[in-house]
Amino acid sequence: MKKNRLLFLLPYLLWIGLFVIAPLVLILGYSLTDAHSHLTLQNFAAFFSGGTFLRMMANSFWYALLITFFCLLVSYPAALALTRLKNQQFWLMLIILPTWINLLLKAYAFIGIFSRSGMVNQFLGLFGIGPVGIMFTDFAFIFVATYIEIPFMVMPIYNSLKEIDPALLSASSDLGASFWQTFRYVIWPLSWPGVESGIQAIFIPSLSLFMLTRLIGGNRVITLGTAVEEYFLTTMNWNMGATIGVILIALMLIVMLLTSRKQHKKEIEL
Amino acid sequence: MKKTIWGRVYFGLVLLILYLPIFYLIYFSFSSGSSMDHFRHFTWEHYQTLFADKRLLAILLETIMLALLSSLAATVLGTFGAIAIQRSKEAYRKILLSFNNILIVSPDVIIGASFLILFTALGFSLGFASVLLSHIAFSVPIVVLMVLPKLKEMDNSLIDAAQDLGANNYQVFSQVLLPALTPGILSGFFMALTYSLDDFAVTFFVTGNGFTTLSVEIYSRARQGIDLEVNALSTIIFFFVLLLVGVYYFLTKRQGKKANKLGGLLR
Amino acid sequence: MKKILSAALAILLVSLGLYLGAQQLDSSSGGSASSKKDLIIYNWGDYIDPDLITKFEKQTGYHVIYETFDSNEAMYTKIKQGGTAYDLAVPSDYMITKLRRDNLLDKIDTSRLSNFKYIGKEFLHKSFDEKNEYSVPYFWGTLGIVYNDRYVKKGEIKSWNDLWKKKYQGQILLVDSARDIMGMSLVSMGYSMNDTNSAHLKVAKAKLDKIGKNVKAIVADELKMYMVQNEAWIGVTYSGEAVTMMDQDSHIHYVVPAQGSNLWFDNIVIPKTCKNKEAAYKFINFMLEPKNAAQNAEYIGYSTPNTAAQKLLPKSVREDKQFYPPMSTVKNLEVYRDLPSSKVQEYNDLFLEFKMYARN
Repeated sequence: MKKNRLLFLLPYLLWIGLFVIAPLVLILGYSLTDAHSHLTLQNFAAFFSGGTFLRMMANSFWYALLITFFCLLVSYPAALALTRLKNQQFWLMLIILPTWINLLLKAYAFIGIFSRSGMVNQFLGLFGIGPVGIMFTDFAFIFVATYIEIPFMVMPIYNSLKEIDPALLSASSDLGASFWQTFRYVIWPLSWPGVESGIQAIFIPSLSLFMLTRLIGGNRVITLGTAVEEYFLTTMNWNMGATIGVILIALMLIVMLLTSRKQHKKEIEL
Repeated sequence: MKKTIWGRVYFGLVLLILYLPIFYLIYFSFSSGSSMDHFRHFTWEHYQTLFADKRLLAILLETIMLALLSSLAATVLGTFGAIAIQRSKEAYRKILLSFNNILIVSPDVIIGASFLILFTALGFSLGFASVLLSHIAFSVPIVVLMVLPKLKEMDNSLIDAAQDLGANNYQVFSQVLLPALTPGILSGFFMALTYSLDDFAVTFFVTGNGFTTLSVEIYSRARQGIDLEVNALSTIIFFFVLLLVGVYYFLTKRQGKKANKLGGLLR
Repeated sequence: MKKILSAALAILLVSLGLYLGAQQLDSSSGGSASSKKDLIIYNWGDYIDPDLITKFEKQTGYHVIYETFDSNEAMYTKIKQGGTAYDLAVPSDYMITKLRRDNLLDKIDTSRLSNFKYIGKEFLHKSFDEKNEYSVPYFWGTLGIVYNDRYVKKGEIKSWNDLWKKKYQGQILLVDSARDIMGMSLVSMGYSMNDTNSAHLKVAKAKLDKIGKNVKAIVADELKMYMVQNEAWIGVTYSGEAVTMMDQDSHIHYVVPAQGSNLWFDNIVIPKTCKNKEAAYKFINFMLEPKNAAQNAEYIGYSTPNTAAQKLLPKSVREDKQFYPPMSTVKNLEVYRDLPSSKVQEYNDLFLEFKMYARN
């Protein structure tokens, strides 16, 4: 049996070595060297000394936070409503289906919808509100990002809501609790794991939506992801790009440690 | 009862918003002209352009091929990985799982950038192969997470029983282990497929030498402005996805029923 | 087990089918298979009148395969990588320098081109090809300002500095290119667009930061679409793009500020990968024929360096000072030089910093 175990383990370990550990080591290596591969801390110094980078970082986190918040705001009631429908599997499928349409296609649709003569402005025109410039605003960027992430928030929340024992809910209402009380003291706390994994599933990808910052944000919104992409693919300054990457990884680890101590345990017990 | 009605209305509204942009694209794919503001008159023109655009069609086929191949490989690797994790000692298991989860929680740009560094360091030229490897790499952990729960659910006494009855390792694997894992493997495969089809950022970093996937191609076209040929393409993709999801829905439903039957028998 | 294996096999078969299908499509759209009769041209997208290709094929019996790129850098990488068999390519000025330096170009014997004499003298002996050994001018153009006269009075914008005016708040689209936008700032302060003095570059970036409030977006080719849709009043872009916009909307105008701007050339070159020199020479000569060059210029909208062809263009085009500027303006226009990579880096990094900062 021992040999057998190795047979399963080896390819997997190879994968971890090649695609998890090696890239991490390499990106760290690049962040600690300059263009001539000399060891230096200069990249980190540049990041933390100039106000530009710090402000950009604060900005990206602010945007990611907003996107996550609005996503939660829209998705939680939707997930809750979903638990009360017949044929839930079917409706859930309908929520998931848009995630199969390429993200770029959806972003592309919004170029039309938000344009000066697009749908939104035509709609506003009905009320006599003149064409408003929606493209390239913070609103447009956050709206599209939220739109794209909604299904990823609905799914985990729905799953955790489903796990709540219906007897608890009826017990709560039998004891005379109003809907809000039941929600506040029973549903919300019990669905928290789902909310938590939803937040995790959205916050991190929100940092790397560089295609949206281009197409919808018109480069007016530069997030950490955009900066990494620019440094790697446009300006070819891999060292600085790697530095931002390493800082992003570090922050991500901190966020993970803060939010998912319980989560981790749960995953292992699954 | 009133609440459920409002709930339904709200849910309907969310669905409407989710589908509106998609239908917007489809609607204008039939409009003549070249912008997405006013519907001019009905035309198949954009579909004709699309079907004459051999390059775009080739990209579409290659994207699907890439997704299928990478998901298949990732499913094999991930299933092996899950089995390996399950059979490891508790302490190792935790370490392996944390490594597994690193790619899941990493932002796409970081994955893309670090893979780009990796391929450059290895002297691996960018193109179809590098994209395929990257897609396999970022799909493996999700397959592991899909298969692992099924492994835990599985009754270990089944394996013991099979071995007692004289089954060899291969037989245990093929007759006992795999059938029990099939639902997990299947959903792992479909998740990997989703990841691969939807990926833009990682591919954007590691592609080269003329190989592009659909997302990268749409991105570069969107940077030229609106082109209703892309709308025609989205319509086709939408109906294709509808078909796929239908098949998946059907498959899982059937699978679910079967599993229930089996469970009933065992009980 | 059997089921899973057969499913896997099915996936592999489907993939194989898709691969073959893609191959089929690729080869019919002009793949790598080249024969004696093929001429492979590597050019910018939509940068030649397709009718001319058909005409050339009919005249000579060659089969033209037209492949496109969307940046000089992408083209450079592909030619450098090898494994391609381009017979002709159309890079811009500074990229010609780079290609030459890396020994990727073959010499062109202009005495074999009977129509070479039609090229205007001012387009020859440029810094990127002093002896005209490696390239033949194809089109040329400038960097300038487009504006929509619905919002901006005609003639109101004359110099780069006008863009910094407060009243254009949130109404300017910039092209997403470090050299062009940094160059704009440099030239507005009287520096060269090829300036490599770090102090000057820093000042230029600081000046750019001040335009931040006026910038609506920094975009790529979609700038054209947004200008035509009246999404913004003003755009900074290239002359040929401007022509396309002006064709679609008569309210759009193009200015090249007199204080100076970028002058660029796209020239035809023969890469070292060329397999069919005979056809390559024939094609260059064909494109230099005044009638053909004029037809191409009318189709593309950029300015032709072919003086005989210029005469065949409609008077309104020929005398449009923005597109065929008098020599007095051209004097102030600068051609980009191929800068050392550390300097290119500096331009890029400063421009990125500007973008991070632009919103405030």
